[in-house]
Amino acid sequence: MPLRPLRLIPDNTRLPFMKWARIRTPISLVLIVVSFALFFTVGVNAGIDFKGGTVIEVHSHSATADVGAIRSKVNGLGLGDVQVQNIGSAADVLIRVALQPGGEQAQQAVVEKIHAALGASDYDFPSVEVVGPRVSGELAQTGTLAVLFTIAGIMAYIWFRFEWQFGVAAVATLIHDAILTMGFFALTQIDFNLSSIAAILTIIGYSLNDTVVIFDRIREVLRKYKQMPVRDIIDLATNQTLARTIMTSLTLEIALLALFLFGGPVIRSFTAAMIWGIFVATASSIFIGGPILIYFNIRPKAVAAAAEPKNAVKA
Amino acid sequence: MLHFPRWQVAIILFVVIAGFLSVIPNFFSREQVQSWPAFLPNKQMVLGLDLQGGAYLLYEVDRQDYVQKRLKTLVSDVRKALLQEPRIGYTGLAVQGETVQLRIRDLDKLDEVKKRLQPMRNALVSSLLGGGTVYEFDLTVGDDGLTRFTYSPTGMQQRVRGIVSQAIEVINRRINQLGTTEPSIQRQGDDRILVEAPGLGDPARLKALVGQTAQLTFHLVRKIVDPKQPAAPEAGTVIFPSKNPNDPSYEVEEQPLMTGEDLTDAQAAFHQQTNEPVVNFRLSTGGAQKFGDVTTKNVDRLFAIVLDNQVIEAPRIREPILGGSGEISGNFTVQSANDLAILLRAGSLPAKLTIVEERTIGPSLGRDSIRAGVIASIVATVAIAAFMIICYGILGVFAVLALIANNFLMLGILTLLGATLTLPGIAGIVLTMGMAVDANVLIYERMREEAHAGRSTIAALDTGFRRAFGTIIDSHLTALIAAVALFWLGSGPIRGFAVTLAIGIISTLFTAYLVTRLIVSTWVHYARPKVVPL
Repeated sequence: MPLRPLRLIPDNTRLPFMKWARIRTPISLVLIVVSFALFFTVGVNAGIDFKGGTVIEVHSHSATADVGAIRSKVNGLGLGDVQVQNIGSAADVLIRVALQPGGEQAQQAVVEKIHAALGASDYDFPSVEVVGPRVSGELAQTGTLAVLFTIAGIMAYIWFRFEWQFGVAAVATLIHDAILTMGFFALTQIDFNLSSIAAILTIIGYSLNDTVVIFDRIREVLRKYKQMPVRDIIDLATNQTLARTIMTSLTLEIALLALFLFGGPVIRSFTAAMIWGIFVATASSIFIGGPILIYFNIRPKAVAAAAEPKNAVKA
Repeated sequence: MLHFPRWQVAIILFVVIAGFLSVIPNFFSREQVQSWPAFLPNKQMVLGLDLQGGAYLLYEVDRQDYVQKRLKTLVSDVRKALLQEPRIGYTGLAVQGETVQLRIRDLDKLDEVKKRLQPMRNALVSSLLGGGTVYEFDLTVGDDGLTRFTYSPTGMQQRVRGIVSQAIEVINRRINQLGTTEPSIQRQGDDRILVEAPGLGDPARLKALVGQTAQLTFHLVRKIVDPKQPAAPEAGTVIFPSKNPNDPSYEVEEQPLMTGEDLTDAQAAFHQQTNEPVVNFRLSTGGAQKFGDVTTKNVDRLFAIVLDNQVIEAPRIREPILGGSGEISGNFTVQSANDLAILLRAGSLPAKLTIVEERTIGPSLGRDSIRAGVIASIVATVAIAAFMIICYGILGVFAVLALIANNFLMLGILTLLGATLTLPGIAGIVLTMGMAVDANVLIYERMREEAHAGRSTIAALDTGFRRAFGTIIDSHLTALIAAVALFWLGSGPIRGFAVTLAIGIISTLFTAYLVTRLIVSTWVHYARPKVVPL
């Protein structure tokens, strides 16, 4: 076969991941603090799924929609906070109206008022979304529950398949990823809706997938080299799986990039979050998931006792 | 690991080919597929509302509205019961919040009061408590004569569930008469109804047809009132405004002459002289009798035709109407006459329904989404294939073959399950391609290591599969947990994403582990490689 495979990651890398803890820990902490700060000050740009309200897409019959005219017409209706923006082609405009006081019926009135104000002769209304106060509250609740449920399910699975230390480390890693993804939503202010929760759950699933592959290898190396210090074992296992980790993340990012560029505006915020999330998940499984295992005693007791004196001398 | 018994090969090939065949009908139109002979696969994937356009409407029973109406009838029932001979004296009979309250004056007749009021508690057959009886109301009769009907929580729940069932029937009848779409109408929770109608061009019409209570009543008119000068109605009368806001309001007798339930049929037609669209109705035998009596007694008076508390028209009774049929004209268009006829035929909703969530997508937007999704999928497939071949050479080619098999298998399963494909679902497919490759990457990287560790070519390939398997299972199962959570969270599109993700994870296990292994084993058999080409 004339095909010569290309190695992206050289063989037998010996990168000292444990040593990088000195840089890694502060970077992680700063990112987490920044994410929290953004989340609690700026906040995510919650879409109508969680806040309730109305989003109407308007398609102008003329080639370009007059955003100014639409804005002034809609503002004249006294609907409170209204956003009008161009989307896609020049003829398409999105109108967002905040949740109206007055319960479920008040939301329905918004659609009628806007239809009447703009008139069916000049505009089409290709899509209308209305979420009332009760449903938005419920969606926010199920969203939160789904994330918690996933984390619990994953923890249980890891606990079952590995020792509890691995479970704790894996969950710490994926919470880290979830927080950074929330930070991303707060920073970019992209619409935070149900599909954003889907993105977070998928990222959690992926983060774990990545971490589990490394943990699997740590466990294998741990059994193989009974005398090697845990530090070196983690480094070795991470290096051995590095090629796989990078390859898989790259293929996923390629797929996501295709979705981002060609998949249309509807799923763009979803894919943007995924692209960031996969990046974070990859980095965290390499730099956090494995390395924090050092803080737990992952070596079986008998072996640990045998290795202890050597470590003590070193220290 | 590299040896396959013949029967295993047969099964693997069968599954792959079956997957491939089940996908084929999706490339043809529905009409074409239906004309195929029966032994060919004929199931097609269902496109979600976001891809084909349509309306998603979530309705909720307006409990407050229902409770107030129900308590009003309870008040009149109680009044009737107590005024029966021998009369029982009472004061202050009224609705108070969610209770009906009164005070009995004849304190020596409390036992008789209990006997008469007991049936009004309205026993319902419980669907929750295994068919036992629950009462709609709790009744308390105090020694001081203070008597109170309160809604019992289980009774209320039971009532609301009943209303939802009834409403679903009515909505079904209404939408079926439209004839053009295949809507799905489902109960959600205790008090909600989800209506999903794909491809309907005019969501406003759908909303008008589904959500309108369509309570039709005929009342004798006492007098015409000016809506700009509101006056309190006399006892036993109510004031209804006209449908057209410029027309006068009518003060009418509260007790209706007839209701929509007395109708047996309604049809849109044209008026013989004016050629204006009208709705013709026919009355049941009992209704015709009643109507005949009333019109005989009240010649020359006005009667109001009231739909959902609005007067459509108020014609004068010129002569007794004995034929049991009539006509409603009220400035209809052909469509509005048609819709009213549908509403009258299908009957009225048992309670007011409120929209709590609405999402409508036009068909053109859906087409754009499909095109975008297909382009993204093709680009992703090509890019991943190129990447795999560049990085893994001939084994990369095998991975791509497995990936293609995986795509067909996944789409095949989705088709056979009749799953709904949504735009997030397409995203799930693309994402699964990325994950499908992961299994191959795990296997190949392992093979490499084993080869570097000094194993022979065959042994390295073999161990690669063997050792990678545990890891593949672990990583796929964890992803599956997330997919299950997504499904649980999901409504509509998100659920589509979860389904494709879950199916993709399972089909990936099959293709990466069995299909790739079969290809590699065949290749080893014929090409007899000297080194692991990685």
